[in-house]
Amino acid sequence: MAAGKFISIEGISKRFPAPGGGKTTVFEDLWLSMQRGEFTCIIGHSGCGKTTVLNILAGLDEPTDGAVIVDNQAIEGPSIDRAVIFQSHALLPWRTVLGNVAYAVSSKWRRWPRAQVEAHAKKFIDLVGLAGAEHKRPAELSGGMKQRVGIARALSIEPKIMLMDEPFSALDALTRGTLQDEVRRICQTTDQTVFMITHDVDEAIYLADRVVLMTNGPGAVLGEIVDNPLPKDRKRHDFHRHPLYYGVRNHIIDFLVTRSKTFVAETPDYDRRHIKVVRPGVLDAAVVVSADEAPQRAAGGQSGREFFRYFEGEKR
Amino acid sequence: MSLSLGVRAAIVAVGLLIIFLSVWHIATRGGGPVAQMDPEYAKLMGATATQGKSAMPGPLDVGAKLFELLRQPFYDKGPNDKGIGIQLAYSIARVGTGYLLAVLVAVPVGFLIGMSQLMSRALDPFIQILKPISPLAWMPLALYTIKDSGLSAIFVIFICSLWPMLINTAFGVASVRKEWINVARTLEVGTLRRAFTIILPAAAPTILTGMRISIGIAWLVIVAAEMLVGGTGIGYFVWNEWNNLSITNVINAILLIGVVGMLLDQVLARLAHLVTFPE
Repeated sequence: MAAGKFISIEGISKRFPAPGGGKTTVFEDLWLSMQRGEFTCIIGHSGCGKTTVLNILAGLDEPTDGAVIVDNQAIEGPSIDRAVIFQSHALLPWRTVLGNVAYAVSSKWRRWPRAQVEAHAKKFIDLVGLAGAEHKRPAELSGGMKQRVGIARALSIEPKIMLMDEPFSALDALTRGTLQDEVRRICQTTDQTVFMITHDVDEAIYLADRVVLMTNGPGAVLGEIVDNPLPKDRKRHDFHRHPLYYGVRNHIIDFLVTRSKTFVAETPDYDRRHIKVVRPGVLDAAVVVSADEAPQRAAGGQSGREFFRYFEGEKR
Repeated sequence: MSLSLGVRAAIVAVGLLIIFLSVWHIATRGGGPVAQMDPEYAKLMGATATQGKSAMPGPLDVGAKLFELLRQPFYDKGPNDKGIGIQLAYSIARVGTGYLLAVLVAVPVGFLIGMSQLMSRALDPFIQILKPISPLAWMPLALYTIKDSGLSAIFVIFICSLWPMLINTAFGVASVRKEWINVARTLEVGTLRRAFTIILPAAAPTILTGMRISIGIAWLVIVAAEMLVGGTGIGYFVWNEWNNLSITNVINAILLIGVVGMLLDQVLARLAHLVTFPE
């Protein structure tokens, strides 16, 4: 079991002292593990503590209880092995594009001569498609270009894990799509382990291998893990036409819209350490033969219903 | 209007200057009734008494005197007769020394206060009490302890330049964006390198604003300080010319104090512009 866990979140909690005495619990006793090379997205409403979880993974924040083990070592503060892509890109405005990336590179390899640092930085600036903009300052760049610099900076230090906090949320839809494609391509070619926060269900389905659904805070828990049944080689232009796509999407949206509020009350057998993994649609895909038979078979899980509905729609 | 705003503003400014100089000229022109008096006595009393001419010099007198002062700015004919350039140089040297000493103290201490909550709280009462003290109030204490009037003037400049720089540095350092600090933290950048590569450039515009305020105050205070300590400097020059009853020279000195103050401010403004980054 331990071999499969690259990152293991073990019973972390976060509590703040409340204004009127007592304590506000953001989340309590979270357990989650991730494997090497896996792309995990976490979705939940604002205020459920997603960013706190990410900051704890980054080492920027400390859990009140519990620990996070990465590569068999407990996290104690930030590490250059875990790169963070910030929502607000967090570029240093007084440095050029090259300067920003080179700052990260020279932080990782302190003894490298300047020329080597710059050559290495340039390689990653090219990778995110910013060749030619090396000597511009962040203020001269568009939002999408700034976020590309942030990605180049994170990739340039060749981290073991990439942590992304809603990296594309401030971008327009078109730019967001292009950047998602690039992140996906880069992560697949470099086999990165990624933990990403998002509010965008389609983004999660397109990028993630697993989508973690978080219930509402305070006292948020990890409700379910959706194991993405879409093929690994999915493409942006047609992944939403895949027969399983709407099943997954509806499942996630149902969770966010209705079940995230009442999940804890409605799930008496909830086990924090073994969160239910669902693969919407997949179980039934093989067995559903006729429309008549489907409702009984799917009665056990909402997921089957979603899939069935999809095919019904197709027939009419 | 086809003229640019700059040109129009310049026309208005020149117009105002002409009006001011004309009013000044007319107001100080002689021409009152000539008093009937003994010619010998009139000669003794001079034009002021005899022709109703104001003791206030007109712009032409001041201009002529200014030309004279600037034509030979660096002559030295003993302790009470030095060129205006020498006097200004003394003042600028004192301001420069006191100010640089203040920078050397204020910026590191400001960093300390900005980075450490503990030091910020601990030093706050001292700063709050020392800051509102008029720099000249230190003068007797400085004269008594330092026992050198020139050094005392430098000390007064030091103490008055200190506070704006100290407070702005502390504020600039304390309000560096959390996300930039986090970038450094996730890159495992050490404290010293973080101070120089993240905090200093991020706080530099605020620090330079404090330095600009300080140089302005220092230049204000040096005139008063030199009136007290005497000997040399533009402040002493003003007081000396007042004792000589040379209003013309006093006016010229005022004008030059203004010009030098503007130049000092401009230098700091340029420096501030260099470290300012667009966001």
